[in-house]
Amino acid sequence: MANDGRKGVWKSGKGKGRHTPKGRQLDELAWAQVKTLLASHHGAGPHRRDHLIEYLHLVQDKYGHLSAAHLRALAEEMRLSMAEVFEVAAFYAHFDIVKEDETPPPALTIRVCDSLSCELAGAQALKSALEQGLDAGDVRVLRAPCMGRCDTAPVLEVGHNHIDHATLEKVQVAIAADDTHARIPDYETYASYAAEGGYTALKALRTQGDWEAVQEEILAAGLRGLGGAGFPSGTKWGFVRGNAGPRYLAVNGDEGEPGTFKDRFYLERQPHEFLEGMLIAAWAVEAETCFIYMRDEYPAVVEILRREIKALEDAGVVEAGYIELRRGAGAYICGEESAMIESVEGKRGMPRHRPPFVAQVGVFGRPTLVHNVETLIWVARICREGPQVLNATEKNGRKGLRSFSVSGRVQNPGVYLLPAGSTITDIIAASGGMMAGYIFKAYQPGGPSSGILPATIHDVPLDFDTLQPLGSFIGSAAVVVLSDQDSARAAALNMLRFFEDESCGQCTPCRVGCEKAVKLMQADTWDRDLLGELCTAMADASICGLGQAAPNPILMTMKHFPDEI
Amino acid sequence: MTDLRKIIIDDNEVEVEGAMTLIQACEVAGIEVPRFCYHERLSIAGNCRMCLVEVVGGPPKPAASCAMQVRDLRPGPEGQPPVVKTNSPMVKKAREGVMEFLLINHPLDCPICDQGGECDLQDQAMAYGISGSRFDLPKRASDDLELGPLVATTMTRCISCTRCVRFTSEVAGILTMGQTGRGEDAEITTYLGATLDSNLQGNIIDLCPVGALTSKPYAFSARPWELTKTESIDVMDALGANIRVDTKGREVMRILPRNHDGVNEEWITDKTRFVWDGLRRQRLDAPYVRVDGKLRAVSWGEALTAAADAMKGKKIAGLIGDLVPVEAAYALKQMIEGQGGHVECRTDGSKLPAGNRSGYVGTATIEDIDNAEMIQLIGTNPRLESPVLNARIRKAWARGANVGLIGEAVDLTYDYHHVGTDRAALSEMMEHDFGKVLEVPSVVIVGQGALNEADGLSVLAAVMKFAADTNSKLLVLHTAASRVGTMDIGAITKGGMEKTLDGAEVVYNLGADEIEIDKGTFVIYQGSHGDRGAHRADIILPGAAYTEESGLFVNTEGRPQMAQRASFPPGEAKENWAILRALSAELGAVLPFDNLGGLRAALVAEVPHLGKIDQVPVNEWEHLKLRPMGKADFRGIVGDYYLTNPITRASEVMAELSAGVKARAQKPMAAE
Repeated sequence: MANDGRKGVWKSGKGKGRHTPKGRQLDELAWAQVKTLLASHHGAGPHRRDHLIEYLHLVQDKYGHLSAAHLRALAEEMRLSMAEVFEVAAFYAHFDIVKEDETPPPALTIRVCDSLSCELAGAQALKSALEQGLDAGDVRVLRAPCMGRCDTAPVLEVGHNHIDHATLEKVQVAIAADDTHARIPDYETYASYAAEGGYTALKALRTQGDWEAVQEEILAAGLRGLGGAGFPSGTKWGFVRGNAGPRYLAVNGDEGEPGTFKDRFYLERQPHEFLEGMLIAAWAVEAETCFIYMRDEYPAVVEILRREIKALEDAGVVEAGYIELRRGAGAYICGEESAMIESVEGKRGMPRHRPPFVAQVGVFGRPTLVHNVETLIWVARICREGPQVLNATEKNGRKGLRSFSVSGRVQNPGVYLLPAGSTITDIIAASGGMMAGYIFKAYQPGGPSSGILPATIHDVPLDFDTLQPLGSFIGSAAVVVLSDQDSARAAALNMLRFFEDESCGQCTPCRVGCEKAVKLMQADTWDRDLLGELCTAMADASICGLGQAAPNPILMTMKHFPDEI
Repeated sequence: MTDLRKIIIDDNEVEVEGAMTLIQACEVAGIEVPRFCYHERLSIAGNCRMCLVEVVGGPPKPAASCAMQVRDLRPGPEGQPPVVKTNSPMVKKAREGVMEFLLINHPLDCPICDQGGECDLQDQAMAYGISGSRFDLPKRASDDLELGPLVATTMTRCISCTRCVRFTSEVAGILTMGQTGRGEDAEITTYLGATLDSNLQGNIIDLCPVGALTSKPYAFSARPWELTKTESIDVMDALGANIRVDTKGREVMRILPRNHDGVNEEWITDKTRFVWDGLRRQRLDAPYVRVDGKLRAVSWGEALTAAADAMKGKKIAGLIGDLVPVEAAYALKQMIEGQGGHVECRTDGSKLPAGNRSGYVGTATIEDIDNAEMIQLIGTNPRLESPVLNARIRKAWARGANVGLIGEAVDLTYDYHHVGTDRAALSEMMEHDFGKVLEVPSVVIVGQGALNEADGLSVLAAVMKFAADTNSKLLVLHTAASRVGTMDIGAITKGGMEKTLDGAEVVYNLGADEIEIDKGTFVIYQGSHGDRGAHRADIILPGAAYTEESGLFVNTEGRPQMAQRASFPPGEAKENWAILRALSAELGAVLPFDNLGGLRAALVAEVPHLGKIDQVPVNEWEHLKLRPMGKADFRGIVGDYYLTNPITRASEVMAELSAGVKARAQKPMAAE
């Protein structure tokens, strides 16, 4: 590259010579490595722009970090500008950019979940125990947002191996045994699912189905989006169909709302119920391609899906390449549907403005149907078992069923499929009651975005629309139960810290507001007026739900637990 | 297709295009909406959240007016027009909240910030903010970027509006800037140490709503309120970009763009913006006469007498340089032709046809590019010949227009179909079946590189036939600011430069510094800078530069525009037309005007369209006779972009930029 040994030609002034042009030079070795790596997984190219995140994963997985040289080489190989590659790499938490003057991180990374349930279970103590008990030269201990294993808190990830009820000893054993890969649980494979009548509904629909009839059934069942927004699922199909093709389907598997683990729960057991539901929805809107965006915190699920998509292709249920599995890279905001679409396109996950809605302008600018994983499971079940599978259940005047992810101070945390009209009392009862020695004090009804409700509000059905009058919402039904020994104020701070880390930085109110809120909440006494106004500005002016809902924990702590602040 | 919608904004009912955003509709209604990230000529980011308005009947929270279209608003229950409020308590509160957030991390360094006095953040904080901040918290720190010799950065002031990123990637067509990190760590960045490789980069200084990006050459030299602002016209290329010249006393302190949708939108090139230091150096500030081989400063009287003596009874050739206003050229033409001499403006040897405006200007306006579906470039590199025009072509391309190029395959910042490099490619293309090209709006742009060689007229004839056959409009892209105007007054000689100089004993050189004049010829040079022309001269008459006199320039599409005087010529230098008028008296053939007004009256009487300022005349199509073309490749006309005229060659900033381009052009060598 450089014309070494000769007079510098890249002059910037008289007498000044340099041997290379300004800026990062292409490192031939790094380029060759990147070329080989990409070729071994995706062929010789030209490489797809929308696969940028996948390629960054390849480099990160192989070398443990993303060196500036590799990023420069990747930009060259993909014919992108350096800024574009850097931008994307710097956005996601699971990529470690190492610039020229920085030392690469140790080969092994431990991520300790510090979201609410794990924090209640002693995540901070665990993290300091790890930092003291392990050699910082070999192992890096990082905090991380929710890993969707709140039922087994505290949780951490050694490499890609999740350790439930983690302790320093368990970690030391795992490191000693070099046990750093994801464990694949036993699950229902294609063969067994098909043997029990799986995919017959899909095949029947494909040959002689009427999508509008199916839509009617979905509507009759009362199925609503279970990612948290609760939009009537059947109605969505009509919207997407209303726009000219080609259309796409994108599955939102970025289950990042702390406390939520229902999608993982189902996917690690019965992935095909979901896949069939997805293919039915894809058939209904005539999707050209299905994108499954799966969060990187679920390596086992990613592997299961990879295998089972292959099985579907081999069985001829779908053509090769019809289902594209995309791996997230550690960004909560990508659970927001338009941010997810940006990420599917290989960009930074920054939410888009609406209108236009993703049903009109989604992936690659085409009409896109976006569904949550669990929603699609219900699509499959409704098609197979009829709408009564959902609408036959009625409780407290609410119809349907809901998968509650319950964690915190209850006896048996886990996923519970209960009537949608269940109150917190029912949910705690279903989870075996409170843990011994703890008294129910407060609860998070649906992830940190929904805030914190006090134990006095115990008779409200936790369903869509019922919590709005209380300034909350059910969201993804991620229930975390707090006890008399826990502080609502600390829980709210934990939630805001999470939002501060996960704000995408696009719009001013959220970018600045989350950070300043955390600072203000650390004061001994909260400045309630100032925090109140900060919350209003964030809720009013933010682009997407993250910034709009982030103040909820603050507002509700101020309202329900004034003596703590 | 029009889709007009009624909308009520703060009790004013307006009818606007449904595709308009609310912020645009508010502008139509004459209501100001504060904004930082929104810019009419860039894509919508909607990230600053300053432009919030209340949509009555919509969700109970304010909406970003830049990101919502009028047609997305729902009418009232009985079909009443939707109602938008920009001054309700909700809006006021939201703006105050956002303003406070924007200021939380912004340093209070206005007294040492160059943006002070023309800062959107300052102004809007005054208008829409509250008087203090209640956030007594440490501010964010960040590293500054090195963007090269033009743009200084202070990134702590950045409010992440991403206008610079959008401008560079959308308009300038370079992908060097981006935003890394997320949340509070999000930062605007370039990649390490790489400077911006674009001749439009200075525009990000104007775009930056705060003091994060400021002008390096202008740094700390003036405050905006001390500057006298004069509206003028740029002469660095033939686009005729509308500029504002800011002066302090008699010094030009900086040059900024003015908005003109038909010409430069609101962009200018870096050459236009930063050339002003060239106006201070190498200036001719006194008349000189060569005595015994050496130039000696003399009085005006001596100089004019010497010039008149040299000219009397001799065969005179008058040459008109690239930066000369029409008035001076007209005065020169009157004077020289009165002495039986010839004048010529086509000093680069181009074969523009006399009197045929459809041939030397064409029929297209610059705005026609916006609607064109097909754009054919012939023998031109617009990125160097007129970067702002190139950005316009890029805009058309981004909208979906197809661009074709015959000429050297260079990076134009957009994709194009490379038809070929030579005249044969043009001939071959003319044989094609044009099919659907005939039905869509199309523009053919021909550069001077195609017209300044021996077969220039044949090439032009072929290009004109191609344009006619494809139903396209023709744009002749000039590089000299003076050219179209001097062609309009017929300051040319049949046979061009060769014929003009043939046998000439005296050359009267009016600012033409890019030519060689034979030894033995007596040269009178009138111009502003001590450049090549002055070195060759036997008599030097110091004239005004373009910011120092009022002058008419006709741009490449044929639009007459008036440049105003912003300052005075240095020393004893005089306005160009006045020098010629004085010399004519010395020659005993007094030109029939005593002031600029009289000159212009005479000019307009002769060439009426020059009196219609800012109007592009429609040109009658006149075919040229087809003749065989030569065989060569088309060559570019701009060699060193930053050093095309005497003012740029006197500028240190331009020299540095030129050196930077040369360095980048050196291809890195392979490691083995």
